[in-house]
Amino acid sequence: MRTVSFKRPAKRAGLYGVAAFFSFFAAAPILWMIITAFKGDWDLYRSRGSPFLFNKYPTVGNEPSPVVDSPTLENLRLLFFETNFTTFLWNSLAVGVLVVVITLIISIPAAYSLARLTGRWGERSGITIFLVYLIPPTLLFIPLFRIVVYLGLNDTLWSMVVVYPTLTIPFCTWLLSGFFKSIPKDLEEAAMVDGYSRLMAFLKVVMPLSLPGVIAVVVFTFSLTLHEFIYALTFVSSSAHRTVSVGVPTELIRGDVFFWQSLVAAAAIVAIPVAIVYSFLLDRLVAGFTMGAVKG
Amino acid sequence: MAVVETRDIKKYFGEVRAVDGVDLSTHDGEFLVLLGPSGCGKTTLLRIIAGLEQPTAGEVLLGGEVVNGLPPRARKIAMVFQSYALYPHMSVFDNIAFPLKAHGVSKEARKTKVGWATSILGIEKLLERKPRELSGGEKQRVALARALVREPSVFLLDEPLSNLDAQLRASARDELQQLQRRTGITTIYVTHDQVEAMGMGDRIAVMYQGKIRQLGTPQEVYDEPADTFVATFLGSPPMNLIEREDRLVGFRPERFLPTEAIELHADLVSFSFAVTRVEYLGADRLVYGAVGDVSGDTKAVSRLPSTVTVPIQPGDSYDFAVQTADLKFFDKVTGLRTGPRPF
Ligand SMILES: Nc1ncnc2c1ncn2[C@@H]1O[C@H](COP(=O)(O)OP(=O)(O)O)[C@@H](O)[C@H]1O
Ligand SMILES: [Mg+2]
Repeated sequence: MRTVSFKRPAKRAGLYGVAAFFSFFAAAPILWMIITAFKGDWDLYRSRGSPFLFNKYPTVGNEPSPVVDSPTLENLRLLFFETNFTTFLWNSLAVGVLVVVITLIISIPAAYSLARLTGRWGERSGITIFLVYLIPPTLLFIPLFRIVVYLGLNDTLWSMVVVYPTLTIPFCTWLLSGFFKSIPKDLEEAAMVDGYSRLMAFLKVVMPLSLPGVIAVVVFTFSLTLHEFIYALTFVSSSAHRTVSVGVPTELIRGDVFFWQSLVAAAAIVAIPVAIVYSFLLDRLVAGFTMGAVKG
Repeated sequence: MAVVETRDIKKYFGEVRAVDGVDLSTHDGEFLVLLGPSGCGKTTLLRIIAGLEQPTAGEVLLGGEVVNGLPPRARKIAMVFQSYALYPHMSVFDNIAFPLKAHGVSKEARKTKVGWATSILGIEKLLERKPRELSGGEKQRVALARALVREPSVFLLDEPLSNLDAQLRASARDELQQLQRRTGITTIYVTHDQVEAMGMGDRIAVMYQGKIRQLGTPQEVYDEPADTFVATFLGSPPMNLIEREDRLVGFRPERFLPTEAIELHADLVSFSFAVTRVEYLGADRLVYGAVGDVSGDTKAVSRLPSTVTVPIQPGDSYDFAVQTADLKFFDKVTGLRTGPRPF
């Protein structure tokens, strides 16, 4: 009994110690970003002193500091009031949501058809579609630019809404068709015999079982629209129509001057809420996967 | 009016003739078994009746009406799949209530009906569980409850017992048959297992290569097989067939006995039986060997009940005989049954 009561807390402590270490390891860059966002230039560029601490400018007596001293809100003011950052945020959100919706609307039926297309052609088309995804955007942005101009969409958000699905749909179709293939046909047919149409059987039985795949598609697509750079840079030239990934660096790198604090502030403001939302989805993702794993 | 009727149903998958002209008509409330070896088209025929597959040609009638164009949901049938096809993301209750929900039954009525179906199958305690938490036998009952709950006009069952172990299968067979008797729902039951077919069916349709070779009561298909396929597919060991001139003569192993074990007044045909092997099975002895005929020796088997105590040794020849009335004659070319002829 005694050894057990001794061992248990020790084991727990060890476990938490390891977890804490890796949490810090993972979180340290974000912490660094957040602290940096509030630093003055003097503090940021000083080579001595911890990057995780604020260092005061060594003034004598009551004299005001000759530099912007840490911590400061100056960087955030610059970001929000002297750049179009809020516009970029809304643009990114709008493009992201639209592209996710378009991707789901097209990939789900496409993947389902591929998954249920028996014989060799289903497999082959699946692979071909996936290969399309592997063509790098650096090869495609010039021809696609001509298409965008032809459609009269250059310098609008719609250019990205139209072009991003060419990246996301092939990959997501391939990903989802794997999920649909793993769902036995019997289940849908049972639902059809039980009284549903094929469409309803799909919605009632196949979709709930493929939820992890759908979430993976949402996460992948939204992340891609958030960080995509080449198309966003090529198709849009006015600041008001830029998204975060292009807008922030073009406005906060002026010549060879990097506004580091505002840059990391912008990155953190975008990344942290997204990370929190994803972490909620992750629970569903993992729950979904384990549900499939013990199917018998 | 037949509950289910098929008229010259054909289904070709490219070159494969999965179903090749099936005429079938169920009697109201009967338990009809579709029996045949694996790959003979049983599942395909069942799926065509259910509406999951469109026939290449022919008509399906339910309650006297042609339903070829109707989707499965409009056919008032219930089907139990070989895999049971329970919805893994739903509890047992939701699985059973699913067809009711699909038909817009109210929540209250759903509860009552699920209660009724589960009490018939004795699975009231499982309602909260997920399918992955059920044993094979429990899954099978849930699948049956889901089929039963809508009170369909027809039950279609595709080898529902083949995923159970042998012991469970025997008791499940019994329960299934009682369930069908109690509910009186016309049932088409697919199996490749002749013991299931003989034990459960009111009538058996023996299928082979997409065709129904014979349709009759278990006794008819066993005692009066329509052709050599039915004769050799049913019975274990199968019917002995020996060649005589332009025909094949068949007799069941259990009717092929040592001459002294047969009552003397009967009209007998005798054979010299060269025994090669004897299997002792407790209740029976299986005696393997060869009988001589015009074209040389033909293998034959005899099944001796334990009441026949004549000693038999491998390597020796014995006088065996069959009563003339137990001989069946088949055409050598077509394999079809012909009338009795002098031997
Ligand atoms: N969807 C299909 N595509 C091609 N061939 C099929 C298909 N379904 C069944 N078959 C073929 O039809 C024949 C009958 O199959 P099936 O009805 O499943 O037989 P059973 O249920 O009697 O074992 C088999 O030869 C099988 O390979
Ligand atoms: Mg089958």
